[in-house]
Amino acid sequence: MKSLALVATLVTGALLFYSTGDFAEWGSADSPPNQHVSVHYVEKAVEETHVPNIVTAVLGDYRGYDTMFELVVIYCAGTGVMAILRRREDEEDES
Amino acid sequence: MRIDFDSARDQIPQRDMIVETAIRLMVPFIQLYGLYVIVHGHYSPGGGFQGGVVLGASVIMLGLAYGMPFSKAYLNEGTSIVMANIGALIFTGVAALCAFVGGMFLDYSALQTILPFISPVDWRSHGIFLVEVGVGMGVMMIMVSIYWDMASAGKMDEGL
Repeated sequence: MKSLALVATLVTGALLFYSTGDFAEWGSADSPPNQHVSVHYVEKAVEETHVPNIVTAVLGDYRGYDTMFELVVIYCAGTGVMAILRRREDEEDES
Repeated sequence: MRIDFDSARDQIPQRDMIVETAIRLMVPFIQLYGLYVIVHGHYSPGGGFQGGVVLGASVIMLGLAYGMPFSKAYLNEGTSIVMANIGALIFTGVAALCAFVGGMFLDYSALQTILPFISPVDWRSHGIFLVEVGVGMGVMMIMVSIYWDMASAGKMDEGL
């Protein structure tokens, strides 16, 4: 079973390494990631939102859903830790 | 709220004057810096997440130096849970409010129908600020709450 897991890991890793060859060229202005919406953000973010920091404009406005659910994830993590770990003093310790 | 450093110092067995004094002096500046990071997120690197973590770290530092009871007296346990909820509700509330007043969900420019003397473009800026405040509150309180739970194994009594 262990050797099977090792083979699966190696095959997956090899596939992932193979696929890095198809990545867009780093820093190239013609690559798809730099052609899609980023051009609009870089050129129009400040005049559309009046936020000088484009990162904040993208995170808070254009990608608002992402930021909102990031907060929700942290909130769920906190309430989850609270629900699992926290005990009241009058409760009996089972361990 | 009155902060009694001296009585808190007597409650913990291992006392280190250097650590206590350093943290006592640093905490106000750390909190001021955390607020600055949140508020200045429009102009410099930073924002709700980073500022909230810095604010939470100030309370965690108090807990490390003066003990869990002191940090719980400094920031009330119930208050922290309520504030975490309020923080999450501010973000989702602002987003939903945009939809209620006729725009799209999270489209802050729709808030112009509430306060028309601010232009839609400025509303997008102010909307980002509103949600960053919510993020900061939520992240700060959740950080402190997770620290309390982890450090005391959920008993919330003495901690590290």
